[in-house]
Amino acid sequence: MNKFVVGGLLILAAVVYLIASSTIAGAQYFFTVDELLGRGDEAVGTPARISGAVIGETIQYDPDTLTLTFEVAHMPADNELLNDEGGLALALHQAVTDPGRARLKVVYVGPLPDLLQNEAQAIMTGRLDADGVFYADELLLKCPTRYEEAAPDQAGQ
Amino acid sequence: MLANFGYGALVISLAVSLYGIGAAIYGERNKQPRWVDSARNAMLLTFPLLTLAAASIIILLVTNRFELDYVYSVTSRSMPTYLRVTALWGGQPGSLVFWSWLLSLFTSAVTLRDWRRDREFLPWVIVVALVTLAFFLVLIIAFENPFLRYWTGSSGAVVTAMFQPRGLELFTPADGRGLNPLLRHPGMIIHPPLLYLGFVSLTIPFAFAIAALITGRTDDRWIRLTRRWTLWAWLFLSLGLILGGRWAYDVLGWGGYWGWDPVEVAALMPWLTATPFLHSVMIQEKRNMFKHWNMLLIIITYDLMILGTFLTRSGVLSSVHAFAQSAIGPMFFGYIVITLAVSLALLSRRWDELKSEGELTSWLSREALFLINNLVFIAILVVCLWGVFFPILTEALGIVGQAFPSVAHIFNGQKVTVGPLFYERATGPLWAALLLLMGIAPLSAWRASTGRTLGRGMVAPTIASVVALIAVAAFSEVRQWAALLAIWLCFFVVFVTLYEFIRAAAARAAAHSLNFIVALWQLAGRNRRRYGGYIIHLGVVLMAVGIIGIEMFQTETQASLKLGETLALGRYSIRYDSLAEFDTNDNRNVARAVVTVFKDGREVGELYPRRDYFYESDQPMTIPGVRASLEDDFYVLLVDWQPISTQNATFKVYHNPLVNWLWLGSLVFIAGTFVAAWPEKDAQPQPERSRAARAAARA
Repeated sequence: MNKFVVGGLLILAAVVYLIASSTIAGAQYFFTVDELLGRGDEAVGTPARISGAVIGETIQYDPDTLTLTFEVAHMPADNELLNDEGGLALALHQAVTDPGRARLKVVYVGPLPDLLQNEAQAIMTGRLDADGVFYADELLLKCPTRYEEAAPDQAGQ
Repeated sequence: MLANFGYGALVISLAVSLYGIGAAIYGERNKQPRWVDSARNAMLLTFPLLTLAAASIIILLVTNRFELDYVYSVTSRSMPTYLRVTALWGGQPGSLVFWSWLLSLFTSAVTLRDWRRDREFLPWVIVVALVTLAFFLVLIIAFENPFLRYWTGSSGAVVTAMFQPRGLELFTPADGRGLNPLLRHPGMIIHPPLLYLGFVSLTIPFAFAIAALITGRTDDRWIRLTRRWTLWAWLFLSLGLILGGRWAYDVLGWGGYWGWDPVEVAALMPWLTATPFLHSVMIQEKRNMFKHWNMLLIIITYDLMILGTFLTRSGVLSSVHAFAQSAIGPMFFGYIVITLAVSLALLSRRWDELKSEGELTSWLSREALFLINNLVFIAILVVCLWGVFFPILTEALGIVGQAFPSVAHIFNGQKVTVGPLFYERATGPLWAALLLLMGIAPLSAWRASTGRTLGRGMVAPTIASVVALIAVAAFSEVRQWAALLAIWLCFFVVFVTLYEFIRAAAARAAAHSLNFIVALWQLAGRNRRRYGGYIIHLGVVLMAVGIIGIEMFQTETQASLKLGETLALGRYSIRYDSLAEFDTNDNRNVARAVVTVFKDGREVGELYPRRDYFYESDQPMTIPGVRASLEDDFYVLLVDWQPISTQNATFKVYHNPLVNWLWLGSLVFIAGTFVAAWPEKDAQPQPERSRAARAAARA
């Protein structure tokens, strides 16, 4: 029976090692824009995942180099705070229209995403550079007004 | 009104389900079969009731009844009828109704079978099925009602409610918002129902397992009764996952098929326990071992299936910080915790009765190899659970940092997530281990294999696979050791499996002096489960070939081209010939480029990558131009273009070697499952066969 215990422990150790080492290799910190900027130089170079509200008028795309730049405004990440602001769609709207919110410039190289537009929620994975620009390797977008239930207004009639 | 009618059908089916649960338990406890029969009738009654509810939704969807919140959210006037019908599962409330309808269909089918030999299971199977159904119906009625309507009054504000609020009138918007164009794809229309079919049918083996635990009839009868259900469930689940990948590949325009998105991981998790379950029940049937393990596996599979239903549809995982965003989140977690606790309590009560009758004797025996296979699957599951729940864990661990300042910099309460890199790194070696086991296990024997007997079987396949690997290395530029190892594993498994077929068929041909092909056919027919399983293994290897190709050898490039300019990638290049922009009569604006594809400098055809813009939903959709062959896919995206002024257009191109083996392998995989699940001829009950034999003798 001993050989099975030893074998089992070896398998277990291998799996624990795989998970631990891969976690270290693949970990990304979740930050809001405020949290990221609040950490100052410490945040530079750390793999991070940022959520922010896309400001439509800042979107620029250079098709020659496929370089996309835009700014995101700080938005709360906590669900309760989001609900206090009246749900995701309203929270995004407030983040974009409030000039007092912290903003972060984002650079992404790749095809222009189909969902990029004003008041979309952008979830970006990448690193903050010393120049204060966030270089995203991955860009996910959510447009809550389009998918989530929101009662139609009378103008729709 | 139809909406009230459908809602009524839902409420009545909930009442009927609750009655059925009570009647089944009462009848069983008091030994009154009449009550159990009544419970069975209640079970059967839920199917027509839920059919009415689902049909009401479909009729409302098809007839543009935009005063319904659900119809407004998922359809619009410009959508064709078939898309309106499939919009039944286009949103959360409708998909939950569809889910319940499927559950009712399957459990009704099960209760209609012949129960004479298994009478004691019946009440408990009904109870488990109806508890599951009642849970979903409560969710639908209380939180996700598809029949909610819009009401408005003199103030102009619109209220969403089931019944007419005082002083308000029904409000009907002129048009609905329509289904997200990204979802208007055949793969996306079939993918959710297939996944649901898989999820729902997993309830059946779970119900029988619980019935076995409660009644104490803990032999392998419950496994034999549900073997085919489990196999079909597993096939549907696998197909749902594969089609989801195909949809992502065709529609999402990032040249990939699987991104380790938390939603994808959630759908994969039940598969990761159902697959080892399919394997380890064979050990129980053959050797009376692993009984606790099989019970545990099916219990976990059931709860992962419930978790998957919740996570895939509710959208809670797609947002960065959301776990309990929707009201139904706590309901789901509560239900999972309760069912898990009750199931485990039942299991612990029967723990001693479920003792193994056999014992593991050798690491090289087939049962030991199956056990390792199970453990590797569970390891992948643990990786997935870790990845999905890691963000919550890290946030919660802030408490540790506060209590022990010395580790505060590690446990600082900052939410940390793990991306695809984590999953790829952690599961890569585990998938490779599964491939290796797939190669060795068929050669092993029950009880004990010695290294020598096992080695003898492996000589021919090993030599063949090494030769094939050398050939690949000689004729390609593949040099990474991980890729070479993966390719060798694929060859090894293919050769072992073919060797098994040939060896057995040759033996049969010699013994019965048959033609080799006839012997092969008969062999597969006689032992469908075994040879069907081998065909599934072949399919999995082919899929692995495709995955290795795209994961390890994908290349990409991008450039902005003037008319007539070319862009090269490896042996391929494209020339930008023209671009046209036009409106279609289904409310799209299409920008369509024509590019000529060259391979090794020779013209091989044209591709038409395009970008559709949907006016109605104000959303563009990128559709790649793909040249597919067994060797590779050449995948061209139209990224951007300058209208009129200049004639530049930007393209992104991907070269995805071998990726079509992934889809081809899935066809082999389906074929293998059909072979394995097809009813065996000799499975007919004894008396009938003898009667037929007597009749034949008389004639």
